Amino acid sequence: MADAGSLINWSLLALDPPGWGGVLLGGLWQSVQIAIGGYALGLVLGTGGAMGKLYGGPVTKDLLEVYTTLVRAVPELVLILILYYAGTDVLNRLSSAAGWGPVDISGLAAGIFVIGVVQGAYSTEVLRGAIKAVPAGQIEAARAYGMSPLQIMRRITLPAMLPHAIPGLSNLWLIATKDTALLAVVGFSELTLVTRQAAGSTKAYLLFFCAAGALYLMITLVSNVLIGFIERHYRRGMPETVR
Amino acid sequence: MSDPTVAAMALTELPTRQSFFKPHRIVLMAIAAVLVFCIVWFMRWDWVPKYSGRLVYGVGVTLMLLFVTSILGFLLAVPIGLVQVTGPWPLKMLAKVFCTVVRGTPLLLQLWLLYYGLGSLFPQFPEIRNSFLWPYLREAWPYGVAALTISFAAYEGEVMRGAFAGVPPGELEAARAYGMSPFTVFRRIWLPRAIHRALPTLNGETVLQLKATPLVATITVIDVYAVVSKVRQETYITYEPLLLLALIYLCLTALLVVGFRYFESRIPTRGA
Repeated sequence: MADAGSLINWSLLALDPPGWGGVLLGGLWQSVQIAIGGYALGLVLGTGGAMGKLYGGPVTKDLLEVYTTLVRAVPELVLILILYYAGTDVLNRLSSAAGWGPVDISGLAAGIFVIGVVQGAYSTEVLRGAIKAVPAGQIEAARAYGMSPLQIMRRITLPAMLPHAIPGLSNLWLIATKDTALLAVVGFSELTLVTRQAAGSTKAYLLFFCAAGALYLMITLVSNVLIGFIERHYRRGMPETVR
Repeated sequence: MSDPTVAAMALTELPTRQSFFKPHRIVLMAIAAVLVFCIVWFMRWDWVPKYSGRLVYGVGVTLMLLFVTSILGFLLAVPIGLVQVTGPWPLKMLAKVFCTVVRGTPLLLQLWLLYYGLGSLFPQFPEIRNSFLWPYLREAWPYGVAALTISFAAYEGEVMRGAFAGVPPGELEAARAYGMSPFTVFRRIWLPRAIHRALPTLNGETVLQLKATPLVATITVIDVYAVVSKVRQETYITYEPLLLLALIYLCLTALLVVGFRYFESRIPTRGA
């Protein structure tokens, strides 16, 4: 059975049902949705977290420190399990306490939630570093002009920190796309899990895992091109050698 | 991956003892103590003594995996980093493609590719079945070690590339002017200086490697994560084993950070 022709059966990758190509692309779409959603949630949490860590009161700072320390010290896989079970459990108890009965939480929402919480801690640290790189004089000048903290944020801090934050944030985006694979362990049918199912039922393990790898690599490479454009746009006018 | 991102994803520093005690922290610590007391008192921990032996064994396997794959991966990373700085272009391209592919795909997928893919391919060749390696290739752990080593080599190779490129050329020229052979220059000057530059990132990468080890449980290697999964299956307890697992990883990370801080303090630096 091990002759070269039968080792690669390309028709297994066909888009229509006897082939599994459509299923893989469906999984890819799920992965991309979770990555985008989780990354966006992470950015929101991260912006808040960085602000809290830099300008919050002592209690806020400490609580955020505990959050980022825990997420940075415990494996994503363990966090995803804890958040996945605890999150759905808490939601169910809340809704039954409110008298709505058990709610059906979509896997997509749960996945976005867990990836978002993990990404939130990472982007807190990245954004905190970037905000600290903004010269203090610029923020003092804005304050001297009488701008409110929100205006300072919108007009000075955010635009000035972006060039410093983009390398870190783009790395985090790539991490988010790869972390979606971990959701396979809790049984969410994203790209890695559907690949394993396809491989398991056809026994063409190498073919399917390589195909999925190519899809992930494609996300990374396309992202790298886009990141290059964004970086060039936001770094214009900055000295070249800063990196 | 740049240093700040690694630091953002892996715990690399611990709180210092001075400036730790502040008035509001006493209140916070009291709340935390109440929380810990509630967790210990109201949750179920009666399974811990029964499984303690297996948990210790699992921690041992996790640490073993971490050290073996980090050391092997680092040994691979040095040539990968070096050929990207000073190598003939085919090797340079090869190293670059290797790093891009490994860093562009999830570790879980690589692990399954090796275990299920290669694992299903090997038995078809009688030469492999008859070789002395076959008893090992039938087990799961060689695939786990291979996947983790490759991943560490790719990430660390990128770090070493930057570290090799960052050694001031004047130091290498001075070494050459002393008449050292290229290998002596590498052994005495280039490699030690590069490792010195890479050490802070190496700390973060090692913590990230620790955070990647539980993935091997998905290919039936019995590490501490797999033991905890077993506990959850056998006792139907959802949260307590996971909380203990998080605590174990927290302690392991802290140990790693302390260890690296000791190493870094041993290396003399020029301070003002």
